[in-house]
Amino acid sequence: MLSIAEQSFSSRLLTGTGKFGHPDILKAALVASRTSMVTLALKRLNRQHQQDSTLQVLRTLPVTLLPNTSGAATANEAVYAAKLARELLGTPWVKLEIHPDQRFLLPDPVETLRAAEQLCEAGFHVLPYCHADPVLCKRLEEVGCAAVMPLGAPIGTNQGLQTRDFLQIIIEQSNVPVIVDAGIGRPSQACEAMEMGADAVLVNTAIATSSDPVATASAFAKAVEAGRESFLAGAPLAQRNASATSPFTQFLETLS
Amino acid sequence: MKSADALRQYDWDDVSLTLYAKTQRDVQSALRHPAPGWQEFLALISPAAEASLPSMAEKANALTRQRFGHTVSMFVPLYLSNLCANECTYCGFTMSNKIRRVKLSPQQIKDEVRAIKTMGFDSLLLVTGEHETKAGMAYFNEVIPLIRPHFSHLAMEVQPLSTDDYRKLVKLGVDSVLVYQETYHRAHYGQYHLRGQKQDFDWRLETPDRLGEAGINKIGLGALLGLSDWRTDSALTAIHLYLLQKAYWKTRFSIAFPRIKPCAGDQFSPVSDITDKQLVQLICAYRICFPEVELSLSTRESATFRDSVVPLAINQLSAASQTQPGGYSEKSDALEQFSTEDTRSANDVAANLLAQGIEPVWTDWLQQFGR
Repeated sequence: MLSIAEQSFSSRLLTGTGKFGHPDILKAALVASRTSMVTLALKRLNRQHQQDSTLQVLRTLPVTLLPNTSGAATANEAVYAAKLARELLGTPWVKLEIHPDQRFLLPDPVETLRAAEQLCEAGFHVLPYCHADPVLCKRLEEVGCAAVMPLGAPIGTNQGLQTRDFLQIIIEQSNVPVIVDAGIGRPSQACEAMEMGADAVLVNTAIATSSDPVATASAFAKAVEAGRESFLAGAPLAQRNASATSPFTQFLETLS
Repeated sequence: MKSADALRQYDWDDVSLTLYAKTQRDVQSALRHPAPGWQEFLALISPAAEASLPSMAEKANALTRQRFGHTVSMFVPLYLSNLCANECTYCGFTMSNKIRRVKLSPQQIKDEVRAIKTMGFDSLLLVTGEHETKAGMAYFNEVIPLIRPHFSHLAMEVQPLSTDDYRKLVKLGVDSVLVYQETYHRAHYGQYHLRGQKQDFDWRLETPDRLGEAGINKIGLGALLGLSDWRTDSALTAIHLYLLQKAYWKTRFSIAFPRIKPCAGDQFSPVSDITDKQLVQLICAYRICFPEVELSLSTRESATFRDSVVPLAINQLSAASQTQPGGYSEKSDALEQFSTEDTRSANDVAANLLAQGIEPVWTDWLQQFGR
């Protein structure tokens, strides 16, 4: 079972709450995804937050809330947002997102590391969204992050695992869970990330903007489970040459 | 002035010739382009693209849903004053118009804020006429602290200011400034703006640069469609946007599509009417070439037009706007800047969006972001 900061999660599919057209669709999609951890943007939270329609949906589901700092462009802003989230929602979990770049919303590595350091010291369970940079991921691990969340492709692009080779290095080296975040557009891509050995994936846009969010959420749930099972079973490496299904080498065992 | 200097190299007539020479072939290749740029934008707003409007609409819609999801952000304008020290031949606030001039007092502002909050808004656009001495920094210093705590996001549409003043506004809590060039045609600009600071074309052209240097979070651009050839004005708005995006990579941008509306003392007739269909074409062209830029549609447009165009490519919407100071708390006799077309309540507009599968987003910012 997936364990982050000593808490267990029944699902390895993390989801988001943005981009849905109606709270009822959001709820049905989250149920179908069987997710156990859901991120929500603090900046979207209604000030009278007990009336917030997204929060009302999440409160009825067996999920851990993962507030995110989306909109923050600096470490200071992100730290502020995280503290506000802890105060309003009573949770130590935070998905650290700092993207000053307004076109591709790519994460700022310098500010992210600075903020992660401060938030870990302040007792948060920090899950930083970052580039698929193996060295940065080690640095984030060293300052105490509970997991790392490298991107597969720019957020919302559905391009899949463009950073595949670097994700592989990150997964190989990491001592904390690796959650592939951003860019996953199809269940097959989520499955591939899991087969590579990622501990979890986070999917939002692909579900929320699908023409059938509920069916897509269900497909992602199955893909993530299949990918994990395949990883545990030892998914074989690709190779150039053919390999016979009934190897002729069996006769070797009969030799004395 | 990084972007304005580069922008001044573009000649109106050259741009116009290039864009009117675009062919259907250019339009097709623009629609297939993986990362369309300015030349593709020109093709998409050209007369040749009118035949491809259905394909443009489909592409624009897909890009909007991918970037913004099934959501639209809601905001409302608050007119603080109709004082104006400019003479602009197309505007109801123009200084020679004999209308009652008002500037809201602190008490009136509190009443307006209360009325607006009751309507459900959490994102506010402050608007004034352009009057440096009577509605300038001293007034903003006084009134913004009364307003800022009540809204998660604050935008302003006031006269162009200096970089230092913009820095002060950012500190006061302003997140976004909208400043429309009105027209990028220098000679036409001179004919429309007869008195006041606004006569200075270049000061206005350099305003987005000053905003970028002041580190504002979001800059709103646009041309007042109808003052000159709308296609060429939009082409120059678009190149301005590309130049600004490169110069100020941390800044967000929004585009609005104001069409000339009838106003008090109205003797103005547009030189270049833009039809409903052409406005849809323009909105789609922006979305296709600038998937991340926020596109805004105001209550200048009719309810019917907004209901069909918003789901296509718009992600920012005002509703129930009053364009005269004091209009929310009590109907004032001070004249409005222009008459709005979509007069439905905020609740009605929101309910209509939800029925179309789009969730209205009222809150999307934290006050401390950008400070």
